[in-house]
Amino acid sequence: MEGRSGLTLLLTVMALSSLHLRSCHSSSDLQILTADRRIDLASHIIRVALVLKVQNDGASPASNVLLTFPPTQAKHLALLQAAEVTGKKKKKTLHTLDAKPSDQADGPNGAKFFSISLRNPLSTGGSVSIEVSYILTQSLEPFPVEISQSEPQLVLFRDSSSILSPYPIKQQTTVIRTPSTRVESFTRVEPSSQLRTELKYGPYENKPAFSYTPILVHFENNNPFAVVEELVREIEISHWGNLQITEHYTLVHNGARHKGGFSRVEYQSRPALSGVSSFKHLVAKLPPRVHSVYYRDSIGNISTSHLRTSYSKSELEIEPRYPLLGGWKATFIIGYGLPLKDVLFEADDGKRYLNFSFGCPIAETVVNKITNKVVLPEGSKNPSVVVPFSVERRAETKYSYLDIVGRPVVVLEKENVVPEHNSLFQVYYEFHPMFMLAEPLMLTSVFFFFFVAALAYVHMDISIRK
Amino acid sequence: MVGKPDTNKTHQPDPTTTLKTSPFSLKTLKLKTKQQELLIRITILLLVYILAFITRLFSVLRYESMIHEFDPYFNYRTTLYLTENGFYEFWNWFDSESWYPLGRIIGGTLYPGLMVTAAVIYWGLKFLRFAVHIREVCVLTAPFFASNTTIVAYFFGKEVWDSGAGLVAAILIAICPGYISRSVAGSYDNEGVAIFALLLTFYLFVKAVNTGSLAWSLASAFGYFYMVSAWGGYVFIINLIPLYVLVLLITGRYSMRLYVAYNCMYIVGMLLAMQIRFVGFQHVQSGEHMAAMGVFFLIQVFYFLVWVKHMLNDTTKFQAFLRISVTSAVAVGAIALGLGTASGYISPWTGRFYSLLDPTYAKDHIPIIASVSEHQPTAWSSFMFDFHILLFLFPAGLYFCFKRLSDATIFIVMYGLTSMYFAGVMVRLILVATPAVCLISAIAVSATIKNLTQVIRGKTGQTVSAKGTSSTKGLSKQQASLDQSIPFLKNGATVLLFGAFYLLSRYAIHCTWVTSEAYSSPSIVLAARGAHGQRVIFDDYREAYFWLRQNTPQDAKVMSWWDYGYQITAMGNRTVIVDNNTWNNTHIATVGRAMSSYEDEAYDIMRSLDVDYVLVVFGGVTGYSSDDINKFLWMVRIGGGVFPVIKEPDYLVNGEYRVDKGAAPKMLNCLMYKLCYYRFGELTTEYGKPPGYDRARGVEIGNKDVKLEYLEEAFTTSNWIVRIYKVKPPGNRW
Repeated sequence: MEGRSGLTLLLTVMALSSLHLRSCHSSSDLQILTADRRIDLASHIIRVALVLKVQNDGASPASNVLLTFPPTQAKHLALLQAAEVTGKKKKKTLHTLDAKPSDQADGPNGAKFFSISLRNPLSTGGSVSIEVSYILTQSLEPFPVEISQSEPQLVLFRDSSSILSPYPIKQQTTVIRTPSTRVESFTRVEPSSQLRTELKYGPYENKPAFSYTPILVHFENNNPFAVVEELVREIEISHWGNLQITEHYTLVHNGARHKGGFSRVEYQSRPALSGVSSFKHLVAKLPPRVHSVYYRDSIGNISTSHLRTSYSKSELEIEPRYPLLGGWKATFIIGYGLPLKDVLFEADDGKRYLNFSFGCPIAETVVNKITNKVVLPEGSKNPSVVVPFSVERRAETKYSYLDIVGRPVVVLEKENVVPEHNSLFQVYYEFHPMFMLAEPLMLTSVFFFFFVAALAYVHMDISIRK
Repeated sequence: MVGKPDTNKTHQPDPTTTLKTSPFSLKTLKLKTKQQELLIRITILLLVYILAFITRLFSVLRYESMIHEFDPYFNYRTTLYLTENGFYEFWNWFDSESWYPLGRIIGGTLYPGLMVTAAVIYWGLKFLRFAVHIREVCVLTAPFFASNTTIVAYFFGKEVWDSGAGLVAAILIAICPGYISRSVAGSYDNEGVAIFALLLTFYLFVKAVNTGSLAWSLASAFGYFYMVSAWGGYVFIINLIPLYVLVLLITGRYSMRLYVAYNCMYIVGMLLAMQIRFVGFQHVQSGEHMAAMGVFFLIQVFYFLVWVKHMLNDTTKFQAFLRISVTSAVAVGAIALGLGTASGYISPWTGRFYSLLDPTYAKDHIPIIASVSEHQPTAWSSFMFDFHILLFLFPAGLYFCFKRLSDATIFIVMYGLTSMYFAGVMVRLILVATPAVCLISAIAVSATIKNLTQVIRGKTGQTVSAKGTSSTKGLSKQQASLDQSIPFLKNGATVLLFGAFYLLSRYAIHCTWVTSEAYSSPSIVLAARGAHGQRVIFDDYREAYFWLRQNTPQDAKVMSWWDYGYQITAMGNRTVIVDNNTWNNTHIATVGRAMSSYEDEAYDIMRSLDVDYVLVVFGGVTGYSSDDINKFLWMVRIGGGVFPVIKEPDYLVNGEYRVDKGAAPKMLNCLMYKLCYYRFGELTTEYGKPPGYDRARGVEIGNKDVKLEYLEEAFTTSNWIVRIYKVKPPGNRW
């Protein structure tokens, strides 16, 4: 990597001097006819929807479209999805496209490229509509950094008024939606306007490639900035019919830090004015038919939680022991069981596989690091994993009740996880049902030998006196 | 017995089905009477064993599997340390998280028996691949040992009286509230295992005295060692056993068996006990242990005298020799004791020991002992509450014991009487009396029921079976003659028997009720009934401790009254100034002084102690009465005991303690008052009452405008039970 980056540095310098040349180099001559960007700042998870209409002006067909992000955004990019749109209005259909980090060298000022592979190469003169949605985390910067209990939480959002792109854009607009009308200030780049909770930038015409005009939006956002610093989920399969999930959370309020004292009387009597950015409860969406749910921490059960179950889903409303003000932490454990038949299936080739959701079940939280540990039953072999996105994988061994050789554990780790990552993943493994009988046999044999020993003792005379 | 041949006959005509099974079932089911008795006995014991365990699980069912109260949190924390760091680290552990800035040498200042027991159980289970958490082991240690105690009680009862009494003793002790109060699941305290060890030691010693066997007496020495490692109450053993030996000597029951039992037990037990760091050389140096040593020497003299008497064979010469030797022995003993005490080699009795002998001692001299509610003299009601019918059966049992006096019954009588006295002195010592009371009551129950059933079965037994022993024959003859004089003897006996069963069933009902209602509360989580009858849980303690743990700097020092010290270090994981190990009275008095001073004076004390946070417990919102305001007078007294600046009358008005408008001005402005009632005046706690109405004391507070200058409210729990304040850093000087 290092050697290559050194080599490509030269290319980058060349590219900087001649942007046009560069885009020629990367692919054929593409240009964006219309670009429409909507940035949703309602919570602390920033969701951006981008609609591009790309046209190929070059001579050769293009198979990839590049997207560009400034380095700060690329670092906080949690998820990037793209889809091709065909048909108009009601007949609109979406075809998911593959979007991945491009192996191309960084653009000017360290801009990062992501490439979208088109379904069919774009022929000369042809155009295609692409919908891109991406999610940024931890990109809202609290300002002021510390607030007292009575103050609302103000945050800064930085971006560019024009869309950063390696291609020239003919016409573009950007709409930023804020959670409330209370916007302290925003950078004006004419034409720009504020209409209630929406800030509109553009339309801008004929912006060259890599044009970047920084903007700053300073607004009030009192939504819970619930960040799970670390989430360890242990998913234990028992072939006796139960799947046991234990989730260890380290939760933090990642908004503006709390300063000064915490007054309970104000928090109780004036909830609208006091501690508005704090949060008291969270909702975890669990699968239907959960049973034996518990919610505790290292010093015992936390008595404030409610479970609502219905046919299609279960909702667990949890309250940490204390309200979380800015910078306050709470650690807790949620555990629940599921009937195994809901999640464990047998594949055609005789392998078994677990089909379970990957992410954090708590709504609107960002997980900095998630570790999913799938504990397979003792005696299972050759585990393999199918996850819809890239994860790091390790193997461990766990010893639980009456284990001799230990249970194989598949550890899947991922950083920067948002609720959209809550998709299903599969763990395939081979398991012989005979292993199920090992532990009951062990127990019965222990009792058997105990009784045999007792019998032998009764019938033996070991005294030395006669 | 009669029915069996009948069933046999009915089965025989059906050869097709029972051909295979009948000889088999006949062989296996046909038990001898002795085997039947054994089977029934083992079944009963097994059921009692299980019952003793499950009746203590009320707390887990009502609340959760958690550690209770105050001291258990320290035990839990140390056990956790032991399992995580191993035995040697535990032994050498210097705890800098308590008694800041002094710290505490944990290994040298605790009885490690409980922690080691729990850790060994934990390691054993882990070795067998049972994935249990150490907390579960700690929670269930006390019930497990309570179950074991029932078995010991059975054997003890068997040794003292007969196996029937043993069974009844096992049943009684399994559910006796006096014992349950300290051994419910979660009550992870020394007493949980210590009562087992105490009874085991006594049982083994009585067994040793009865048999004169070295093995039993060695076993009792090891039982004593376990007791010493587990609880400070071992002092009771080391004083009761010599006293018992002395009584046996005086009553002329001296025997070789006693000599062997006592000497072996004392010497080996003493040497073993010295291995416990906290006890060390106390067996030879402390006044509390001198009685045992004196009796040890006395029994040697006695042995010597018996030998001389045997050799001399001359009464007059022996009388003279006796006089000389006894006077010289007593003189030597007295001189040795006097010299030892004068030179300081033998330490005098400690205050705790004095307060046991003299109930008023602590109140006058050691307020810190007197301030603990479980050290108060026992009220009659709590005797009734903890013993129920045993209180009446106890004297009856004593009667039976005196009627059939033996070495063993003398022991149980002495154990019963002395422990009853101590139970009267201190509430918590009811626990020590419980096994004795159960055993003696069991003798009463067993003997009575036996007599009654003999009366009832007397007639039928005469006619049907003729295999009664000579004594029962004599008895039935007596009854036959009695029958003529008392016509309704048999009916009367039946009525009495039913009466006994009624009493015993009342006892069972009472015990279950007490266990479920009174003794199963963890006191960390408070439960109350809401307006609509639903259960309301106040989990404020853990809310506050967890807040401390998560949201304060790692090295923050927390000042609170000593009651909460163990909990703060265990659950909050923060350094405390004082805790429940009340070893340094001055340090506690300093905290008491800070709490009862004005804020600026208190600030200087807190600065000097490097305090970052102050924690107070306040029940004014919820009506929780054991809060710091109600404990405050003890802080004043303990503080005033060391620092005469603090005077109790300053906080009282005409000898009355009040917090409303009529309270003393010093009271209204002291730190404790301010911290408890800060901004409380703005809160309406009860409908129809003015704001600032204290529900725990039922008054409107006197100072509603509390201003804090040097502290700021850092956290208050949702029901205001725990309030934490941050000590502000000193302001710029100019």
